[in-house]
Amino acid sequence: MAGVYVHIPFCKQKCHYCNFYSVVSVKYREPFLKALLFEIGQRKSYLNREKINTIYFGGGTPSLLGFEELISIIEKIKNSFHVDTAVEITLEANPDDLNANKLKRLKNETSVNRLSIGIQSFFDDDLHYLNRVHDAHQAYHSIELAKKQGFNNLTIDLIYGIPGLIRKKWIKNLEIFFSFNLPHLSSYSLTVEPKTALLTFIRQGKMENIDENKSIEHFKILMEKTTENGYIHYEISNFAKKGYYSKHNSLYWLGGHYIGFGPSAHSYNGVSRQWNVPNMKQYIEAEKTKKIIFDKEVLSKNQQYNEYVMTSLRTIWGCDPEHIQNVFGKFYEEYFSKIIFPFIEDEKVYRQGNHYFLTNKGKLFADGIASELFMDDE
Amino acid sequence: MQAMKNIRNFCIIAHIDHGKSTLADRLLEFTGTVSERDLKEQVLDDMELEREKGITIKSHAIQMDYPFEGEQYVLNLIDTPGHVDFSYEVSRSIAACEGALLVVDATQGIQAQTISNLYLAIEHDLEIIPVLNKMDLDNAMPDEVKDQIVDMLGCDYEDIIEASGKTGYGVEQILEAVIKKVPSPKGDTNAPLQALIFDSVFNSFRGIIAYFRIFNGEIRKGDQVKFVNTGKEYEANEIGVLRLDREPRSVLSTGDVGYIISGIKASKEVKVGDTVTHVENPCDKAIEGFEDVKPMVFAGIYPIDPDEYEELRSSMEKLQLNDASLTWEPESSAALGFGFRCGFLGLLHMEIIQERLDREFNMNVITTMPNVSYRVVTNKKEIIEVHNPSGLPEQKYIDHIEEPFIKAQIITRTEYIGSIIKLCLDKRGELKNQVYLTTSRVEITVDMPLGEIVFDFYDKLKSISKGYASFDYHITGYKPAKLIKLDILLNGESVDALSTLLHQDNAYDFGRKMCVKLKELIPRQQFDIAIQAAIGAKIIARETVKAVRKDVTAKCYGGDITRKRKLLEKQKKGKKRMRKVGNVEVPQKAFLVVLRLND
Repeated sequence: MAGVYVHIPFCKQKCHYCNFYSVVSVKYREPFLKALLFEIGQRKSYLNREKINTIYFGGGTPSLLGFEELISIIEKIKNSFHVDTAVEITLEANPDDLNANKLKRLKNETSVNRLSIGIQSFFDDDLHYLNRVHDAHQAYHSIELAKKQGFNNLTIDLIYGIPGLIRKKWIKNLEIFFSFNLPHLSSYSLTVEPKTALLTFIRQGKMENIDENKSIEHFKILMEKTTENGYIHYEISNFAKKGYYSKHNSLYWLGGHYIGFGPSAHSYNGVSRQWNVPNMKQYIEAEKTKKIIFDKEVLSKNQQYNEYVMTSLRTIWGCDPEHIQNVFGKFYEEYFSKIIFPFIEDEKVYRQGNHYFLTNKGKLFADGIASELFMDDE
Repeated sequence: MQAMKNIRNFCIIAHIDHGKSTLADRLLEFTGTVSERDLKEQVLDDMELEREKGITIKSHAIQMDYPFEGEQYVLNLIDTPGHVDFSYEVSRSIAACEGALLVVDATQGIQAQTISNLYLAIEHDLEIIPVLNKMDLDNAMPDEVKDQIVDMLGCDYEDIIEASGKTGYGVEQILEAVIKKVPSPKGDTNAPLQALIFDSVFNSFRGIIAYFRIFNGEIRKGDQVKFVNTGKEYEANEIGVLRLDREPRSVLSTGDVGYIISGIKASKEVKVGDTVTHVENPCDKAIEGFEDVKPMVFAGIYPIDPDEYEELRSSMEKLQLNDASLTWEPESSAALGFGFRCGFLGLLHMEIIQERLDREFNMNVITTMPNVSYRVVTNKKEIIEVHNPSGLPEQKYIDHIEEPFIKAQIITRTEYIGSIIKLCLDKRGELKNQVYLTTSRVEITVDMPLGEIVFDFYDKLKSISKGYASFDYHITGYKPAKLIKLDILLNGESVDALSTLLHQDNAYDFGRKMCVKLKELIPRQQFDIAIQAAIGAKIIARETVKAVRKDVTAKCYGGDITRKRKLLEKQKKGKKRMRKVGNVEVPQKAFLVVLRLND
């Protein structure tokens, strides 16, 4: 099982909190597509003919792609890789890009079978704070239309911890989500990332800073309400009905292999991770130079162990000491079991069967716990 | 050997950057003692650090030959350290001379420290030759500065030599004045040997090389000699004079300046100010003015990596070989582990040691907040010297505590006088005198506790005077003071490395500032951290570092994994470098908190 990620680095406008690579200018649309198709063809042996069970269009804003563009990319992937017939193809979409006609064509003309709609909030003031293009009405409407066109495998994003998002509004957002009866939700705490407009505005005092206590309260509400409504909290920020876990993201958390196309996209083959240059101009050069510019790291044993601990603890599958012993050796397993112990005492971690999991309290401290469990390189 | 009447022993008195070293270079060049090629900038300062800081830390001496009006003269230039911390060493260098060049920067005028050294020279009856240096600069103000010099010395305007170390202007005139005005040495060649040690250096092949000036008698190679104050006896394996290199001689006589090598390994055995005489037929008494210099400022030095303790010890031992004024003893701190309590002559000395540990030995150290040496008088009237706040006896055994006092001289422009006096009063100073040197320059004399200048006095003085204040001090003695020990507690546990002894009037303000600053420096942890300042059982200030309530970041997809792993790896490394106090992780920089209170 392996995955393909395609980064579509175009946006109508930039959301203030976002630190993913994208450009607003449309003049690179054509050369980008050429370079992308070139890259897909050039790197076709990266995954060693592993079977692809998920293709994911992320961004940026993949819903800005035209049908022909989208189809040509999927075709190129199918021709270059060993793609499973039951492949899950996800397209991230912004509500403002989704109208009835577009959804209909998406359903009928392409093999996209899962939509991830960037709702973020059902309230205009929050959307304004985040500098999203769409409004609350478009948010509702896009979900209704997608369902109507037969997209059953639907997920939306909701952001909590936004300064204007009072408790009541957050609960309302969740209730609206539940009312659509969608099988999946990704919900993130707003974080102020470096080099974002949001950070600048907060520093300048033009925007209100986020409040940690509020994020914690929202997260607790989120866990409580999703459980009540039959969703499984299968990763820190992801909730799904049984059978609807995101295949693509699960791959990341379970150490699966993936190849990423487009500027800034990451690839991992079990031994090394590499990422394309996050620069459109340099990326499109590839079409002429026949060379994709990327950075690469070969993971040491310690780093592989660190990543396993860091990702597995975030998930419903938990961290398996037996796996640690088999893959990394007895020394790692003993180290892990020793360090994790105080967290169990502290009720941040619990053990069930042979696996370790974060408690709801522990989910707030996933990073610190992982960091403690890390193996130092020297 | 030169007849005594043709010997001139002199030194140079100057403020730090008034061009002493450059002028000295010109003298050496002009007399042909060194060729221009030999002359790496500033021959007399041969420690790398000295050259960079532009200050002469340790004194040296050099001999020049100079023919004048048909006669051959020997001129011994004895260099003097330029900082207040080394005032005792300066006094011994001065005691070895008959004359002094008073070098004043024509662009800046006389500075406080120059004055105190000048008075030292005058007390020792030295002939003073005033030199106005840096005359080549456009902003030289010869008339004003000459007025200052004439006011101070009562000399004639014509006695002041205008010079430039940079261009060599005036150098010949200076040499002429040295020969004509500085008296030749007096003394009795046939009397028992009496020589003053004014400096010593460590040489890794030869051991300690002591520099001396003979006041009476003669010394020959192979003589059995005795150092009067230490009582130790040695054989004079090698004696000689100091040219660009050491030049061995078989005999040195009254008036000469030279060196002695006698197989001494430790710098402690050679004390500046000691008297050298013969074992057989010794002199009646030692040369006056000897003092066993005691360190006045103390601080703990700890290796950042606790495994480097032994390495630090061996570095300290090596440092002490050529710096006898550095003292240290092992010490341990609950917070910092094993290290050393070190004694320094002053703050600059402390800074120099820290830098030398870093540069010459590649040691990374934590230096705890400095404190002065206190005298605790117990109920039973015993006197205990306390060099470390944690060494203070319990309150109930203490009758009173005494702290060292200094007489400070500050010279500044009249416009800064108000704020400087206020600073001194804030630092518990008592204004003793205020003299107008010229219409625009004032000298003030203040009695104040040494403990008040070890924290941030220099920096404050510099900033309120915009750099136009010079400062000099000497220790006058001990006075009783209302001192208390201020402890810092983290979650109820006292951090020994952060305890301070200070005057009770300052305790509240200081304690509050410490808590606020520590709150900035201690990272949030899994629990609340109470930072408290306490006097005994009484809490006088408190701050809280709130517990981390969440640290999870929402997203962890393909592109986030590397970034996030690296971030967490870095976090873990940072944590490893912290010291644990109880259950609280404290970063190293927190231990230097006191030095950053005003940041």
